[in-house]
Amino acid sequence: MVIDALNDVIRTVRTGSKGYWMWVGFLGVLAAIGIAFYFRQATDGLIATNMRDQVSWGWYIANFTFLVGVAAAAVVLVIPYYLYDVKSLSNMVLIGEVMAVSAVSMCMMFIMLDMGSPERFWHLMPGIGIFNWPQSILTWDVIVLNAYLVLNLFVVVYALSKIYAGKSYKTGFIWPFILLSIPAAISIHTVTAFLYLGVPARPFWNAAVLAPRFIASAFCSGPAFMLIIFQILRKNTKIEIPDKALFKVGELITWAMACNLFFLITEIFKERYSDTAHIAPLNYLFYGLQGHDQLVPWIWTAIIFNSIAFVILLMPALRKNFLTLNIACVLIFIGVYIEKGIGLVFPGFIPDTLGEIYEYMPNSLELWISLGVWAIGLLIFTFGAKVAIAIQTGEIGKAKPADH
Amino acid sequence: MSDDRKGLEKSLITRRKFLAGLTAGAAALSIPAGDADARMMEEYFRQHFKRLDEDDLKVILSNLNEELTFKYGKKINVKATPPMDDVVFGYALDLSRCIGCRRCIYACVKENNLSRNPQIQWIKVMEFHNDNNKWQLLEHTDRYYDPPKVPEKGKFYVPVQCQQCKKPPCVKVCPVRATWKEPDGIVVVDYNWCIGCRFCMAACPYGARNFNWGQPSVPKEEINPEMHYLGNRPQYKGVVGKCTFCIQRSREGRYTACVEACPVGARKFGNLMDPKSEIRYILENMKVFRLKEEIDTNPKFFYFFSMGTGVKS
Repeated sequence: MVIDALNDVIRTVRTGSKGYWMWVGFLGVLAAIGIAFYFRQATDGLIATNMRDQVSWGWYIANFTFLVGVAAAAVVLVIPYYLYDVKSLSNMVLIGEVMAVSAVSMCMMFIMLDMGSPERFWHLMPGIGIFNWPQSILTWDVIVLNAYLVLNLFVVVYALSKIYAGKSYKTGFIWPFILLSIPAAISIHTVTAFLYLGVPARPFWNAAVLAPRFIASAFCSGPAFMLIIFQILRKNTKIEIPDKALFKVGELITWAMACNLFFLITEIFKERYSDTAHIAPLNYLFYGLQGHDQLVPWIWTAIIFNSIAFVILLMPALRKNFLTLNIACVLIFIGVYIEKGIGLVFPGFIPDTLGEIYEYMPNSLELWISLGVWAIGLLIFTFGAKVAIAIQTGEIGKAKPADH
Repeated sequence: MSDDRKGLEKSLITRRKFLAGLTAGAAALSIPAGDADARMMEEYFRQHFKRLDEDDLKVILSNLNEELTFKYGKKINVKATPPMDDVVFGYALDLSRCIGCRRCIYACVKENNLSRNPQIQWIKVMEFHNDNNKWQLLEHTDRYYDPPKVPEKGKFYVPVQCQQCKKPPCVKVCPVRATWKEPDGIVVVDYNWCIGCRFCMAACPYGARNFNWGQPSVPKEEINPEMHYLGNRPQYKGVVGKCTFCIQRSREGRYTACVEACPVGARKFGNLMDPKSEIRYILENMKVFRLKEEIDTNPKFFYFFSMGTGVKS
């Protein structure tokens, strides 16, 4: 039985249309390029990047931060489906969890990439190494990210194996794990925000609103990404996803974006109106400082994109039109990606703690390596989603569609 | 501290078993186990500095001496001198004397075997403008000033290095406790334990931590052979380093290199626990201040003006 199931899974991953193979091949090439560049970084050290002492975290940590948000966003499906029994989401929720697994995997890859001595990772293991918990907030992040990964992986594998066997998976046994995945999702983003906001040396990050804003923006970017993916999936596979479900997610994004923009305004007001010595990074980001203004076009692009998307989503007619809905989703994805990456991590370091302005932008090595990680993450998602869909639609196994 | 010790001792026992197993495994795999291989294994599986017992440390230091002596073609002496009793180091810098000559920086680089390429400097000297009404804002300072002669009129200079905080934010954030505060107040890094996550650099309010972005290099003829395990021994690619008040000197009762190099006597260093020390005299008789007091890191590095304020505002 188990062997048959595994064979079915392997067969599913190994059979696909020409489009599927082109997609997998494309991701494979990107991953290979990324790995090749990583070898150079591993040989020369992080000096191969554009990071320096002044800006000691850059594009990798920016991507990590953004992807924690994407990972957390699975709860946008989990909460309505499991707690409020919104049946229209049934086909989406497990794919959402597959996405969470892929996103957390990418987060971990980005952290490993950014470490100066990754071969010493065992120093972190409790017992043989030293795990500086509860003092170091980074150790909290290690715990919640791993817990979230394991929880989601477990729920998905368990649920799919039940569906495969033609049974319902929403039984008492799995219920606590599903419930636990909800606070876990919130916690990965909260703890990641705490990494930054717990640093008084960096006034730009040292703001309480950072944590709620992280969650608000996560509930924009993650679901926006999902909305597009679900449309691609239902066009190219047998999975059925009702329009109603997609519009429901669109509605959730609207409110998350409202919160996100509101928090942004409070942040800008606080700094601009107080006008203390701590305003330099914010001014650098939004207006430029002493002629250094590399980030200015980026952050305004993000704000304009997010605002346009918000206006689109506010109007039911546009929110329920796939063309405008998709435009809004793309704008939000780009907007939040810029905001959480370029707009949050970099200006924390510019000017640095002694006032030096070192303008940082990733170099091509950092971009290629990051693309490689995205490619690996999307490969994980592609394979995972393909298997999940095959099982849910009854292509393999004994599922009776629509009754799980 | 004592709890810490107990925990460490306990884990030492498990570590021994763990290491014994590993070594046995390694020996079985590579017959005959080359000396270099064994050393690489030892270095990779070496425990945190505070978990090493005396015998471990003796072997590690003697191996290190041998390696470095071979590498630099000169007798190298790496010690692990422990802190002295009743000593807490403190530092004071007279801003009215500092002329911004940067001799301290270069003395520090030489003494501490800091990488020349890529260049690493643990001291930064910032140039402030007296005549600028924004003189107090850090982003209006310049670290790369380059006039034909210093000091320039209308400028004053603020050297910054590790402030050896009593409440060091860098120590708090380290996920593996690779950096900690010694009983004599010096914040040190175990270069063999640091994983290079650079959280400490994000957390330090004084820009006092430097990362080895590339392979550090010191020319053979410029190596300072008197080294400390937690101080000026050559660092590695991918780990963080920082000023240790010249731990290799201060724990032997000597002044730091920056104090000795300063041509105007702006730098004062001594034992805060000794009521007769110069540092205590300064703290008791001068109006001293510390950088970024609002963050309450409680530095043991003080600034003062012995003559006037130095600032026209």
